[in-house]
Amino acid sequence: MGLLWSMRPVPGSREGLRLRKLNVCIPQLVNISVYSGHVGVGFREQDPLASVLTERWYMAPGVRRIDIKEKGVRGTLFIPHGPGPFPGLLDMWGGGGGLLEYRAALLASHGYASMALEYFNPAEVNTAELELNYFETAFNIVRDHPQVMSDRVGLFGLSLGSIVSISLAAWSSVVKPRCCVCISGNHTHARGGTIGDVFNEFITNVHKVRMDENNYEIWRGMGLPIPDDISQKVDVGKINCPILLVNGDDDQNWPTVESAEDMAQMMRAAGNEHLLTRLEYPDAGHLIEPPYSPHFRATKFLKDGQKVILLWGGTTKPHSDAQEDSWKKILAFLQQNMYSSSGPRAKL
Amino acid sequence: MSMKPLCVKLSVQPSRGLVDEKFTILVQNLLPGFQLTIHALHQCEDGHSWEAFAHYTADATGTVNVSEDPSLDGTYSGVEQMGLLWSLRPVPGSKYGLRMRKMNVQTPMVVTISVYQGHRTEGFLDQVLLASVMVERWYMAPGVQRVPITDGKLTATLFLPSGPGPFPGLLDLWGGGGKLVEYRAALLASHGIASMALDYLTPQITKETGKMVDNDYFETAYRVLEQHPQILGSRIAMLGLSFGSTVTLRMAVYSQVVKLSCAVCISGSHVQPIGGGLEQILASFSKHAYKTRLDENNQVIWRDLMLPIPTDPSLKVDMGRLQCPLLLVVGEDDQNWPTHESAMDVKEMMDQAGNSHLLTVLSYKNAGHLIEPPFMPFARASTFKTITNPPTKVMVLWGGELVAHSRAQEDAWRKTLVFLRENLYGGMKHGASFSNL
Repeated sequence: MGLLWSMRPVPGSREGLRLRKLNVCIPQLVNISVYSGHVGVGFREQDPLASVLTERWYMAPGVRRIDIKEKGVRGTLFIPHGPGPFPGLLDMWGGGGGLLEYRAALLASHGYASMALEYFNPAEVNTAELELNYFETAFNIVRDHPQVMSDRVGLFGLSLGSIVSISLAAWSSVVKPRCCVCISGNHTHARGGTIGDVFNEFITNVHKVRMDENNYEIWRGMGLPIPDDISQKVDVGKINCPILLVNGDDDQNWPTVESAEDMAQMMRAAGNEHLLTRLEYPDAGHLIEPPYSPHFRATKFLKDGQKVILLWGGTTKPHSDAQEDSWKKILAFLQQNMYSSSGPRAKL
Repeated sequence: MSMKPLCVKLSVQPSRGLVDEKFTILVQNLLPGFQLTIHALHQCEDGHSWEAFAHYTADATGTVNVSEDPSLDGTYSGVEQMGLLWSLRPVPGSKYGLRMRKMNVQTPMVVTISVYQGHRTEGFLDQVLLASVMVERWYMAPGVQRVPITDGKLTATLFLPSGPGPFPGLLDLWGGGGKLVEYRAALLASHGIASMALDYLTPQITKETGKMVDNDYFETAYRVLEQHPQILGSRIAMLGLSFGSTVTLRMAVYSQVVKLSCAVCISGSHVQPIGGGLEQILASFSKHAYKTRLDENNQVIWRDLMLPIPTDPSLKVDMGRLQCPLLLVVGEDDQNWPTHESAMDVKEMMDQAGNSHLLTVLSYKNAGHLIEPPFMPFARASTFKTITNPPTKVMVLWGGELVAHSRAQEDAWRKTLVFLRENLYGGMKHGASFSNL
């Protein structure tokens, strides 16, 4: 699948681009062509010997897309084809904001009624007023949907979305997730406050931001050291559902592996470590996405209304392997915990 | 086990594919030993519903894999990866004599695959459904272009493969029912061959003038392909089924204009009066119409009209003069044309003339007349509207038995694609016979 995951912007493109499908109702079109000889440049100036168009879909046939705007919650719900009811998922992306539907669409194509949640506008993360109850309300919208099995709703997050998931799993008395998938997340923030507060709390350590040789921002220092003081962290000892942590050890945006290690210690001490599964991938970065998506080592990010380039980390081949392997394991974890007839099982 | 498992997981991969691609159906999260029925439902363009079903028992891991596990009973039995498609049949209560043919190739054939509890044989719409997925089956691959052709007074559609080209070309002819039938040409283009579906019995020009087309019409179609900027003029084939084979052989041997790289004749015959046009051929059929027989269900058997295979050379194509590779595909239970006997006579003629190295014959036991692309439902008989004026509707017996015919379709299509690829894409060496197929 190298022709997909190794794609990069063509020479001459702007810096810091990131490829993300916004309209999931139509496929991603990829032209696969054959050229004579061993060619490295100038593809558009030559005629290929042959060429085929392929379609890559996020939505399987029959998956339904439903706009959600209720009780102040904004999102898109994807329901698999069939009679249902289905296990459900609340799907949350990270600090870039906006509404990204593609992973929820793909999860629905695998049998999970999934809602992609919008929880702040791009570039407004530090002013986002939302408290935990916004997410509780969103979770319940999924749970209460007639085609969702109310006792089988899980949380799926990346980056800030994982932080939200971990917080809900530990602290919410309203939300009882059946399981959680947390990619590139962490537990190092204090209880209470809004999403904006969480974000700003990180940014109090802004002096710890480093720049690499290209002036890309490395934020991982802001999360270190992991505090010893338990009041500065999510009390993960209170989590009582299976939780899967997926991290890359070359994550330059946040010290996610260190955080996962600390979470494991806290859960060991609390006696609930059997619920924890950790996947860690050498030389993978922060943005661990569904498989075959190109790897983005650094991309543009809006910070305080300013465009900066953040270093996410990772090297293309190991990062792509991580995406492929983690997705398989995520789907197996979800199937075991959300579909299985027996009770939830923690370890893969 | 009669307990309903909590959450059955059904997947069909790929959920979107070409009609000749295989898929894998997996049912998981069942209780071990659980009895289930897998059901396929398709509503075709003319509104009729088709269904297939099979009975399975989950293994010790609570899984059923249609590619590996046997169906115990249903519209097919045994291990049949694609049985849910080729065993599709009209739902109970349907009109008799239906035949499934996709006329709009720009939309997919949509099939709903469902899982029901227990071993059911009927009343599916009233049962509790455990899980269901939708599958799209396409005749046109992404990037294939559909180009209506009206130049030279043709009624035709050209399908160009994805990519810059140039591509080999192919003229695709169906049989005595007429109409512009595009699906096989669309599928061939999806495999890299620029293919033109040609209506030659009921084209616009015949509707307007009342006259049948003559040899010029086919030569014009050939020229359109030959001169097309994205088609390699030196690599053009013809593929015909039934009456389309009649035309193909006539052009291949006698036309001064049509120079084929190869020809494929499915369920056809070389028996035809030489000289003259299509009217003469149809007239010769009518002359022998008294040989029509009826089976025990009053279905029409027309195979005897061309028997016995004539010895008079003016009554059949001189196959000894053929100069390009020829693939003949015939079903030995063909009740519509004596295709097997014709194939044997063709072989004898070519053996005697010394050009039988060009000939490959695929002859399938218990297959009937309508040998189509794979996984399409089988019709042993169906209503046939003649192109006479006025037209008449008869119930024609095509022949064949479900399983053997479906296997024949799959095998013949695979070998047809190999044959076409070798002769159209391969090196310039002609004349290899395909004993290794």
